[in-house]
Amino acid sequence: MIRILKYVALDILKNKIIIAYAIMLALFSWSSFGLEDNASKGLLTVLNIVLLTVPLMSILFATIYIYNSGEFIELLVSHPVKRSKIWKALFTGLSVSMIAAYVIGAGIPLLIFTNWDIALMMIAVGSLLSVIFVALAFLSSIITRDKAKGIGTSIMLWLYFALLFDGLVLFLFFQFADYPIEKVIVFLSALSPIDLSRILILLRLDVSAMLGYTGAVFKNSFGSDWGLVVSFLLLSLWILLPFYISLRKFRKKDL
Amino acid sequence: MKCSIIKYCFLLFITCLFTNEYGYATTIYVGKNKAYAQIKKALAASKNGDTIMVTSGLYKEGNIIIDKSVVLLGENYPILDGELKHEILSIKSSNVSINGFRIQNSGRTTMSDPGGIKIYDAKNVTIEKNILINNYFGIYLQYAVNCVIKNNVISASQKEENRSGNGVHCWKSDSLQVIGNKIEGHRDGIYFEFVTHSVIWRNIAKYNLRYGLHFMFSHNNAYITNYFKNNGAGVAVMFTKKVTMMNNTFEENWGDAAYGVLFKELSDCYLSGNRFIRNTTGIFLDGSNRIKAERNLFLNNGWGMRLQANCMDNLIAHNDFIGNTFDVTTNGSLTLNEFYQNYWDKYEGYDLDKDKVGDVPYHPLSLYAVIVEKNPPAMLLYRSFMISLLDKSEKILPSLTPENFIDNKPRMSPYNL
Repeated sequence: MIRILKYVALDILKNKIIIAYAIMLALFSWSSFGLEDNASKGLLTVLNIVLLTVPLMSILFATIYIYNSGEFIELLVSHPVKRSKIWKALFTGLSVSMIAAYVIGAGIPLLIFTNWDIALMMIAVGSLLSVIFVALAFLSSIITRDKAKGIGTSIMLWLYFALLFDGLVLFLFFQFADYPIEKVIVFLSALSPIDLSRILILLRLDVSAMLGYTGAVFKNSFGSDWGLVVSFLLLSLWILLPFYISLRKFRKKDL
Repeated sequence: MKCSIIKYCFLLFITCLFTNEYGYATTIYVGKNKAYAQIKKALAASKNGDTIMVTSGLYKEGNIIIDKSVVLLGENYPILDGELKHEILSIKSSNVSINGFRIQNSGRTTMSDPGGIKIYDAKNVTIEKNILINNYFGIYLQYAVNCVIKNNVISASQKEENRSGNGVHCWKSDSLQVIGNKIEGHRDGIYFEFVTHSVIWRNIAKYNLRYGLHFMFSHNNAYITNYFKNNGAGVAVMFTKKVTMMNNTFEENWGDAAYGVLFKELSDCYLSGNRFIRNTTGIFLDGSNRIKAERNLFLNNGWGMRLQANCMDNLIAHNDFIGNTFDVTTNGSLTLNEFYQNYWDKYEGYDLDKDKVGDVPYHPLSLYAVIVEKNPPAMLLYRSFMISLLDKSEKILPSLTPENFIDNKPRMSPYNL
């Protein structure tokens, strides 16, 4: 498995897109910290970038990469290697390189410009988001053999989590404005990894005082040490579940 | 000529005759190896107009009642200790001066509200350069007229609001001067109720449990160059007319119910040169009318200004709104207030004729601010990409935000306040 992982990692590095991605992230983060006169404003800009581009990049790159390495996978399958190992190695290779690009690109300026606990939180959350969307990419690319369909599904998933979900939540807020829906909303936001990550970081910032009653409910459920563990478990679930389903499909798939 | 000299001589004689009681005012010394060892005994022996000089040392004399017009002077901050049982200095006479004491550990009962220094029904009292530590109420004035509270340092360290009194507490008083005091850790820093014609100048109130400044029914007062920082709920002022606030700083009042300043039912007020920095809400106006706010700075607040729809005829002109999450918000569609020539850092218009005023009116109310006002839980969507998109489209084609909530002449550059 280690050898396959090495091939995958080298292949991705040779691709150079990951390097470009890291540089892009670095440019974004350095410039937003440099342009904003106070670090917390810069942090909010970086947060926006992290919540939008990291998932998009992860899911698109991973999907296309899996489709492109179809022949490589077939070749490996013909060797005496367990199928699950091939799939896991691919997943680990992609995840590690996405995380590396993120940490190098955005993590370093974060550590320099903001205080440590927020920076570490952002790095943890960004890394988890990268892996979550790689996992989702694995799921969408195993569902269909058609490349266009697979990539289409990926883009749809990203749109759903990055845009549509918030719209739906807003809609619910308006529809049920007369009811005490705070707890339901807290539960709902756990259904989108991007929302969960955003709120986790917001709770660490000054603006948490603006979140009002709902924020307080949220802080009680997710802001405490236990809550933090729960929310990271939830995020891990977002990695494990899609990947596990894709793994089961891959095992039985007729290549 | 000669006649008038005689007249003057006669007058002089008369004056001497009537004032000789004061002419023989003496200085009484209190302390170790002095005429009196106790302040109480010195007070008993004193008469109006005397000066009582207290040398340094620890004095545990319970409640000291001052019922004569005397000057109490402390040398090297003698300590008056109330042993957590007594009110320490009770001033029940006019023309008293207390200067240079360290007053600590007053009793704490809610029945009698004991204070470090309490003035009962007196005029022309001066309380200056004292240090008050760990008292229930710091300086308490009731029915006081024309008193000066100046350059005192007042601090307490209770954790709960109900176990702590106010730093400077004034009730039913008139013509006070509260100047240059530092107040920390009390329930309210400065508390006024039914206090009129007073000036509050150069005070610092920070880390108080509830409000830095809190007043009600206190008309015609001026608050100038005070500094309020990090108080539990900021500053709250209510039910008052004709307040002037100038050059004050309201800073770092973070919390769901914390306000830089909360204005409830205030009218005919003038605010100028105040700085609202890093508060959850810079200024909250509720039922407030005819307030003129000009040349104030709203910097890095959550909400710069929350102007409830029950406010009218307020003029908000020539202010700087910089780096606030929401510059202004309101809770209804009715707007009876005017915004004029403010600087908004979120303004994206242009100035073709170079008169430093933007050519396009500015709508300071963002869609998201309206949504949050109607639906506070929606704050959870803060910084969501969806929200940014909605805001952008609303800016171009306003549909949900009130049409007349508008600054017709937004400034292009800040005023450097």
